[in-house]
Amino acid sequence: MKPNGTKDHAALAEDFIKDEERVNWHDGSLWWIRQKRDKAAKNIPEWEELREAASQIKSNVISNLHEYLLQFEANLQKNGITVHWADSAQEHNEIVYSILKAKGFTEMVKSKSMLTEECQLNEYLAERGIDVINSDLGEYIQQIDNEPPSHIVLPCIHKRKEEIGELFHEHLGTEKGLSDPTLLTRVARKHLRNIFMTRRAALTGVNFAVAETGEYVVCTNEGNADMGAHLSEVQIASMGIEKIIPQKKHLGVFLRLLARSATGQPITIYSSHFKKPRKGQEMHMILVDAGRSRQLGRADFRDSLKCIKCGACMNTCPVYRKSGGLSYHNTISGPIGAILAPNLDMKRHADLPFASTLCGSCSNVCPVKINIHDQLYKWRQEIVKEGYAANTKALGMKAMSWTLSSPGSYTAAGKAGRWVLKNIPIAINNKLNPWYKGRDMPDGPKESFSEWYEKNKDDKS
Amino acid sequence: MTTREKILAAVLQNQSPKNPLPDISQFKGYKENAVKTYMETFDSIGGKAFLVEDMNATKTLIRENFDITQRMVTTLPELEDIANLISPTVDPHTFQDVEVAIIQAHLAVAENGAVWLTEQVMGHRILPYICQHLAVVVEANSIVPTLHEAYAQIGEGQYGFGGFIGGPSKTADIEQALVLGAHGPITMTVFVIQPLPISDNLTT
Repeated sequence: MKPNGTKDHAALAEDFIKDEERVNWHDGSLWWIRQKRDKAAKNIPEWEELREAASQIKSNVISNLHEYLLQFEANLQKNGITVHWADSAQEHNEIVYSILKAKGFTEMVKSKSMLTEECQLNEYLAERGIDVINSDLGEYIQQIDNEPPSHIVLPCIHKRKEEIGELFHEHLGTEKGLSDPTLLTRVARKHLRNIFMTRRAALTGVNFAVAETGEYVVCTNEGNADMGAHLSEVQIASMGIEKIIPQKKHLGVFLRLLARSATGQPITIYSSHFKKPRKGQEMHMILVDAGRSRQLGRADFRDSLKCIKCGACMNTCPVYRKSGGLSYHNTISGPIGAILAPNLDMKRHADLPFASTLCGSCSNVCPVKINIHDQLYKWRQEIVKEGYAANTKALGMKAMSWTLSSPGSYTAAGKAGRWVLKNIPIAINNKLNPWYKGRDMPDGPKESFSEWYEKNKDDKS
Repeated sequence: MTTREKILAAVLQNQSPKNPLPDISQFKGYKENAVKTYMETFDSIGGKAFLVEDMNATKTLIRENFDITQRMVTTLPELEDIANLISPTVDPHTFQDVEVAIIQAHLAVAENGAVWLTEQVMGHRILPYICQHLAVVVEANSIVPTLHEAYAQIGEGQYGFGGFIGGPSKTADIEQALVLGAHGPITMTVFVIQPLPISDNLTT
């Protein structure tokens, strides 16, 4: 992976916004998808009731997860699926490796799984001589560019077709300058078909796991999860323990919401229900905690575990659209990533809850009604309390707190601010002021409200 | 303590106070116009739907719409004269050169255009995904309004694998340009079989 170094969101976003044309294009692409989501949602009269039901089902899951996990495990075993438990990313990777090693396999094909990205599975296996190919086209493109996905649904949304053409020229031997999306997709189709035909192990993520029946559902548009799974001798599924839903009928609620919220489609092209291994095939399920049970214990943040990974919050977020997913330096980017990441490592991700305008658009589009912007606000308080806020923010807040708690200094500061804005605007409209970046400072009002009130309070008219 | 016990103990300790499951029985669609809605929805997601009277009409359309000189396979004995019946015991890798696969779906969903197939009707799990072109036959009276009715019908389901398929394989990963045929079929055709009412038959 290209190292993001120690740069925080603001610094990484600064790199991204240097190319203004790209930022406008990125912003527009995502807004277009957000509009498709709106159109799809409006076609369902009971959309809001569905969101409410989905949210309540997930609340029920969060309050009965222990029971559901036991039920799911028992049903998986009854169905002939081997169950593994992993407490950490490391343990998850070790389990995958041990399954492949037992078979003597040195290659695997993988469909999209943000969890394995989070665990850095590919790198772990590569170090042990096992080659993994990501089969989702967007993820494949990111893999050959040695870059993580920038969006959970649209992994290479930040790349131009010419850049992808260049990557294909380098890695797949296409003609130089070829950038037609259909032609490039056909080349990848041919190349990856060969991978599917020859790999004996396949790994998929899990969208929904049904406790009642012990089956799990994988949603894709490309059909890559099915191509991998149905041609493999060993099929592995990796899932976070929060992916459980109680009963099969609840899939009706979630599958109606998922694709519409993600891309505006009525359903993903493929919604595959895996229940038992094929004759002669081995199936493994790895149940991964990796911080989820800890988040479950944080009352303010446990609702973040309701997330069904549709990406709607990213598509609508004004900060995400203009800073790009990679600037979040976390597998799950955007608003939902910014509330999941501090649970994993508060110090490392202390900047992310601040990468938001708190406009609330993310909460408004969330299909399971997670109060994302409230949680971002709560994380900020938590992070400041724990002493992880960036120095500039901590100092600014201290100064602000002193000013706001003293009426005299508040009046004086207001007066000084208005005078500066009016008489020497250059003192504020310059590069040293971080607030000036990307926005113009307002004209200062002639007087404060208090001054206006003093003048007008006796005017009864 | 094993990892399993450790995770389960942490979950038990940290889970929230009990929240009841909501009643979702109010969610349902309307059966009226289900066939028309289905066909329009399916066309809108890049598929092609035909309303046909019977299997003979289906055969005619298959001959007209596909390259019958290529390998065509089916799980439907009625179509044996235009496609090879597949054996469930063959190696899945041998389907790589299948041009067209013709199978029957259990049901279809009007609201999203998807058909529901289990491995029993697929013949083999890989078949509807590996073929270049997928053709599905579905009875008009098995079209349900929404996924809620679909799951009510599927019930627990006696299958090892089942899937909803809603159109040809697609991707928009390169600059959001829609491309049909990512890894799976490049086209998907659905034949909705709706026999003419008896009265109509008499008048023609």
